[in-house]
Amino acid sequence: MADTMTVNGAHGAGGPGATKRDFLKLVASAGAVIGVGAIAWPLIDSMNPSADVLALSSVEVDLTPIAEGSGITVLWRGKPIFVRHRTAKEIKEAEDVKLSALIEPQADSARVKAGHAQWIVVIGICTHLGCIPLGNKPTDPRGDYGGWFCPCHGSQYDTSGRVRHGPAPLNLNLPDYAFESNTKIKIG
Amino acid sequence: MVGLHKSEFANPVINWIDTRLPIFTMMQKEYGVFPTPKNFNYFWNFGALAMVNLVIMIVTGIVLAMNYKPDAALAFDSVQRIMRDVNFGWMIRYVHANGASMFFIVTYIHLFRGLYYGSYKMPRELLWMIGVVILLLMMATAFMGYVLPWGQMSYWGATVITNLFSAIPVVGNSIVTWLWGGFAVGDATLNRFFSLHYLLPFVLVGVVFLHVAALHITGSNNPLGIEVKGPQDTLPFHPYYTVKDSVGICVFLLVFAVLVFFVPNFFSSPDNFIPANPLATPAEIVPEWYFLPFYAILRSVPNKLGGVMMMFGSIAVLFVLPWLDTSKVRSCKFRPVYRQFLFLLVIAVITLGTVGAHRPEGIWVYLGRVATLYYFLHFLVILPVLGKLERTLPLPESISRKVLPGGGGPLPGGAAAKPMEKM
Ligand code: HEM
Ligand code: FES
Repeated sequence: MADTMTVNGAHGAGGPGATKRDFLKLVASAGAVIGVGAIAWPLIDSMNPSADVLALSSVEVDLTPIAEGSGITVLWRGKPIFVRHRTAKEIKEAEDVKLSALIEPQADSARVKAGHAQWIVVIGICTHLGCIPLGNKPTDPRGDYGGWFCPCHGSQYDTSGRVRHGPAPLNLNLPDYAFESNTKIKIG
Repeated sequence: MVGLHKSEFANPVINWIDTRLPIFTMMQKEYGVFPTPKNFNYFWNFGALAMVNLVIMIVTGIVLAMNYKPDAALAFDSVQRIMRDVNFGWMIRYVHANGASMFFIVTYIHLFRGLYYGSYKMPRELLWMIGVVILLLMMATAFMGYVLPWGQMSYWGATVITNLFSAIPVVGNSIVTWLWGGFAVGDATLNRFFSLHYLLPFVLVGVVFLHVAALHITGSNNPLGIEVKGPQDTLPFHPYYTVKDSVGICVFLLVFAVLVFFVPNFFSSPDNFIPANPLATPAEIVPEWYFLPFYAILRSVPNKLGGVMMMFGSIAVLFVLPWLDTSKVRSCKFRPVYRQFLFLLVIAVITLGTVGAHRPEGIWVYLGRVATLYYFLHFLVILPVLGKLERTLPLPESISRKVLPGGGGPLPGGAAAKPMEKM
């Protein structure tokens, strides 16, 4: 049947051998693919975080009860956030490291807010496979770099939350936060 | 009449149905008279055992779901209620939980049988690949099932495993958020895992059907690994193998019962008796035993993306195994050298399983790396090369020649002339 249609391009242009039927097949399949995609997308997107999950957007943290040398964990969007009060020695250690010695080079000043170097605020989720590192309590294991230690596969972070020993590939992530006053931050 | 099936069944009711929908004829053909090699050993029980196991999982699972609540606030307590208050709830749950372990034991032995007797080779490549799909589906189902009781190990196991996808460059984190339906494993995750854990076993039923359909096209392999030459090499499936399978099922149920009634928590982690706490990771996260070898491969690579790729790669090599093994001879009985390497592989996998259960420190790191290395060497280097070099032993002329004293009578013409079967 298709052969009869190719007679001297009687049915429109196209390359040699292309027929009106080929064109119709192409348009019909493309239409079907787009249609299926349009139906599939709402189903796929319904599995993304819903509006009520997104709405739990910000928390305020009072810093006064956090003793120097220790930290606390607060929950933000279902994730643990470490807020740690660093000692002068810990700050100095974090600032003095040569960037070339880091796995993901980043200066300490880029990880704290200017004028608040004693406060380090990080998302407390190991960048390897998502465990919660230990180290907020001074009695916790903190690894060789004095920050945090991940019990799952042994990653170590320094007092700036930068990864110093794998398998974690990246520094602890930073949440969006701002100082509302000297003793209060707002995360999110 | 046109189109009606001519049924041979005498019973008028069966005949009436069979004429219109020949399921009885089909069952008779596929499970009654189905010609099956006469030399099966007990390794050939494990496919049937896996099927029985799948049915057990589906039945107990459906009953459990009648009392389970897939809500992060209620899940843990609803499971405790099943254990304490629901009539026979403890038994149903222990059967389901230990059933998962039994399922993997049975399937791993079934898989080993395939490796040992070369069941993955021409013409059973597709049958084998469908088997690997079954294995992947089982793993996904078991993983999601383990999350449902919402204990500490459920929660953190889910966190670590879903985070594997964050290793994918660029889109990794969006995929993980999508899997979770939130910014951490939580209620949305639990809910969808329950939905999928209910669905996947039925997908498994469909894929197992394809597996068996493919098997009934090629016919079964057998311990000699040579093809069936004619009726003198086979027995009807019923009663010979229905009975042999029944013996296996009795032993299987015995082991199963010992697990359920005497050591029901043999395979479970104490941390899963603690409700999930998103703020504290247990000191040590250990997956269920059947994932340990893969977990050990993941941890043996000190690079996140590399580790994840090696882990998935360890299953991907099984997919292409029919083309990696270049030897024409199937059964290990006639491949003395390959057989040694296969035992090394088994040792490597057991080593990996042990490594996976220990902290990645000291000797365990090195053992894990050596075993991982051997695993991949075996499939990617040894198998392709060995197939070309190995001197295999002479194959018997036919199954009946080897099995029956006197060779079971003369072979039909042509076949007898060939001294050695090469496919
Ligand atoms: C839910 C899991 C599974 C079920 C219910 C199942 C079921 C079966 C059954 C009933 C048979 C025929 C009986 C026998 O020869 O033992 C069979 C054969 C076979 N299966 Fe599976 N199977 C499963 C998983 C797998 C896996 C994971 C693989 C490999 C990766 C696999 C590979 C094969 C092969 C190659 C055969 C043909 C073997 C031969 O005849 O030598 N199966 N399966
Ligand atoms: S999750 Fe922290 S080291 Fe793996």
